[in-house]
Amino acid sequence: MSVGSELTGLTIAQARDLLDAKEFSAVELTQAHLERIERLEPALKCHIEITPDVALAQATAADRAIGDGDQSPLTGIPTSLKDVLCTVDSHTTAGSQILKGYRSAYDATVVSKLRSAGAVFVGKGNTDEFAMGSSTENSSFFPTHNPWDIDRVPGGSSGGPAAAVAAAEAMFGLGSDTGGSIRQPAGFCGVVGLKPTYGRVSRFGLIAFASSLDQIGPFTRTVEDAAIVLEAIAGHDSKDSTSSPRDVPSFRGSLRTDLKGVRIGVAEEYSVSGMEAGVETAVANAIEQLALLGAEIVPVSLPHTRYALSTYYITAPAEASANLARFDGVRFGHSVDAPTIKEMYERTRGEGFGSEVKRRIMLGTYALSSGYYDAYYVKAQKVRTLIKQDFDRAFEQVDVIVAPTSPTTAFRIGDRIDDPYQMYLADVFTIPANMAGIPGISVPGGFSNDMPVGLQFLGQSFDEATLLAVAHAYEQSQPWVTMTPALQ
Amino acid sequence: MTLAATELEFRTVIGLEVHAQVLTQSKMFCSCSAEYASAPPNTHVCQVCMGLPGALPVINRSAIESVIRTGLALGCTIPPYCKLDRKNYFYPDLPKGYQVSQYDLPLCVDGQLTFTSEGVEKTAGITRVHIEEDTGRLLHRDEGGASVSLVDLNRSGVPLMEIVGEPDLTSPVEARDYLIALRQILRYIGASTGNMEEGAFRCDANISTRTADGSIVGEKVEIKNMNSFRAVERALIYEEERQRKLLAAGESIPQETRGWVDARGVTVSQRTKESAHDYRYFPEPDLPPLTIEASFVDSVQAALPELPAARKARFIESFGLGASDAELLTLERETADYFEVAVGSTTDRARQISNWLLNDVFGLQRERGLPFDAFPIEAQQLNQIVELVEAGDLTGSGAKSLLAGIEPGENARAVAERLNLLAVGDSDVIRAAALETLTANPAAVADYKGGKKAAIGRLMGDTIRATGGRGRPDTVRAILEELLSE
Ligand SMILES: [Zn+2]
Repeated sequence: MSVGSELTGLTIAQARDLLDAKEFSAVELTQAHLERIERLEPALKCHIEITPDVALAQATAADRAIGDGDQSPLTGIPTSLKDVLCTVDSHTTAGSQILKGYRSAYDATVVSKLRSAGAVFVGKGNTDEFAMGSSTENSSFFPTHNPWDIDRVPGGSSGGPAAAVAAAEAMFGLGSDTGGSIRQPAGFCGVVGLKPTYGRVSRFGLIAFASSLDQIGPFTRTVEDAAIVLEAIAGHDSKDSTSSPRDVPSFRGSLRTDLKGVRIGVAEEYSVSGMEAGVETAVANAIEQLALLGAEIVPVSLPHTRYALSTYYITAPAEASANLARFDGVRFGHSVDAPTIKEMYERTRGEGFGSEVKRRIMLGTYALSSGYYDAYYVKAQKVRTLIKQDFDRAFEQVDVIVAPTSPTTAFRIGDRIDDPYQMYLADVFTIPANMAGIPGISVPGGFSNDMPVGLQFLGQSFDEATLLAVAHAYEQSQPWVTMTPALQ
Repeated sequence: MTLAATELEFRTVIGLEVHAQVLTQSKMFCSCSAEYASAPPNTHVCQVCMGLPGALPVINRSAIESVIRTGLALGCTIPPYCKLDRKNYFYPDLPKGYQVSQYDLPLCVDGQLTFTSEGVEKTAGITRVHIEEDTGRLLHRDEGGASVSLVDLNRSGVPLMEIVGEPDLTSPVEARDYLIALRQILRYIGASTGNMEEGAFRCDANISTRTADGSIVGEKVEIKNMNSFRAVERALIYEEERQRKLLAAGESIPQETRGWVDARGVTVSQRTKESAHDYRYFPEPDLPPLTIEASFVDSVQAALPELPAARKARFIESFGLGASDAELLTLERETADYFEVAVGSTTDRARQISNWLLNDVFGLQRERGLPFDAFPIEAQQLNQIVELVEAGDLTGSGAKSLLAGIEPGENARAVAERLNLLAVGDSDVIRAAALETLTANPAAVADYKGGKKAAIGRLMGDTIRATGGRGRPDTVRAILEELLSE
């Protein structure tokens, strides 16, 4: 094992101690990751843009900060940012031709926070166009490949940063989760992916897909690392009116290794026909393990779960149809000259957007149209309330709920790209949390057919502490975290 | 069947929608300055009001407060809960592709506006007042033979309120008077400058025509592009006539939007009902719904200034002013404030102060080219001058000279002394001037002695002039009468 791979195999917590002990420098740590990126990217394509100059400058500054004793938990830690997060020192494309070459005039709040924490930005992670997809195949640049099997998808939409963390191209990544876009690729790639409570992390500077559902969260190799990153990015932001003013507790401080006195809910609704047998087995094993750790397993009912997918595909496209109206070729991004303004819009958007984005804009426009609004949008909001009430009732009985992250492990590239409904099904277990605004985490839960299985925990609003504590206890009792893809 | 227009008795129904810019320091959702009027294009912009990817709105509390203040001034109810909605349409001056507005739950509902039209007091209902953001502006230009459109986003995101009136107005004149009264209230409460030329106060009108017996009813027509009170009145007069002629000719009036072409004095069709926009309103997910506390509404209500109609009534009642003078004094809040400071505790002097303010102070203000809210002398100085006149220490012409010569902070009597303007009551000086006048005006003297007592007016004028305008009129009259009776 080379020094490089030793460095890239560390967790954030481990690297922190070694950086602070001057065992190696932030520049060395960054270089090790950049070398790995250079070696692996041709096969994996996790990044739309790699930013070695930015990273090395930040690493140099990080070393200075560490030398001055002025470091924070993420100082000098290489990270991959999903390319829906606005950054001033690289391009921000949202995986779309319409933003090809676009440079943001400002940093997203999470990016500013990571910058001031001393993190190192190695690149902009690939994403389905405007975060619309479950496989990263809808990226208008190229698909990303799963590090466990490069013929398979990494999940999506945050497939780039998920695969980057799985492949150790970065020590953590930031993604966005609108219907599962952090948890599902985390599950497919065998890493930890956390979707915080809606409002826990500022959305300012996140290119919006569906504003009432989008939430930014971390990809890490361990739950402890997820707690570290969440502490760094969470908190109220005066620039985001939907961000919560609640205090951010020490998530790391609430981690535990046993589950005595913890009530964990299992919902029958989180089993659907067509589920991969290996996923069902892995989840059943996990439930047994949770009981062994002292948890009380409680059956709960979430009866409106089955309406979540269809309500999501009204709500999210409706919001997206408005959010994506600003891409009109007038002020920035792709623009096609035409004799009339109407033609300019049509040609700019016709060329700039891919087919999945167009499909969702049409779905959303239809759902909001006069005469259909009540039957679709309004009704979807009512069902959304019912889904939330399901969780409220369940959380009167239990502290967290355990479920599979996705019905299957990573599928083959190309298998579902022509069947939107099959693609949408990949998010059937992750969507309810977005609809309810509650936090969810996917942690490695074993393997099925040699591919990682994601185990999902869902928690109460703003109780990421319990969610992380339970996930950590499970993770520490299992060998999965030590298993990494056999990349050349 | 065709009937002559004169055979039918028509009724006109008008409802107005006013868009007024809310007077705030910063824009509605960002910290850019809202005072963009004279700024170079695209200099009052940021990621939020340019609609850049990832930017989010943060609501301007003071804009909300101003709209609530407007609602309260119009007698509206302020519901405890309201929300903002997205109104979707594409246009290059609308950077996000949607306008944040309010659809079904506005800030203020169900009010009324009382105003005077042609001497009669009228009340028209206010359906709602809601808040929304303004758009940018397009500049169409010819560049090297090619016509180009440029976008200026300085105005983008400036807060606007839309004041929707009930269709309670029955004539173009009423519509004009309603607008004048509404604008006056907005200015009184500091909610808007109401400046029509700068586009801070814009009006669309809905007008329909029916016969008095309801046998013929025309569809509602919306009129846009009226940029002055005069334009509103003219456009509605034109439209009223157009609709009456159509109905009288047995034709129908389609529901449509028409634009006023001021230069030609006509309205032209812009859009029919069939091509109306579907704005696909839905709740703005980037802004949580607003909960308006009753205590907040109470505090805004308590801080409302006295409104123009009430103030005018009080001026008539407390100061004994005539209705037209009271009207003039209360047109602008600044004038009324100035007047009340000038009166102070000397209520019995109010009428004189009113006269001097409306005639001489305003005259001097115009002469010096001052804006309506900048006064050539201080309010207290006006009171001092009127006091000197009432005491006979200053003649009318002396007072005019003093008005023109006094500087800020000076005492009126001290200045009058310094400028040698104080009235002369010395009977020797006046007697000399009077004798001189009588000698020079034998005709007037003869008139007076012949019984035309009014001729003394001319003799008094000349005598006062002969004293350099300083002779006390009462002394002048007494001495003239004495000399003439000799
Ligand atoms: Zn701005």
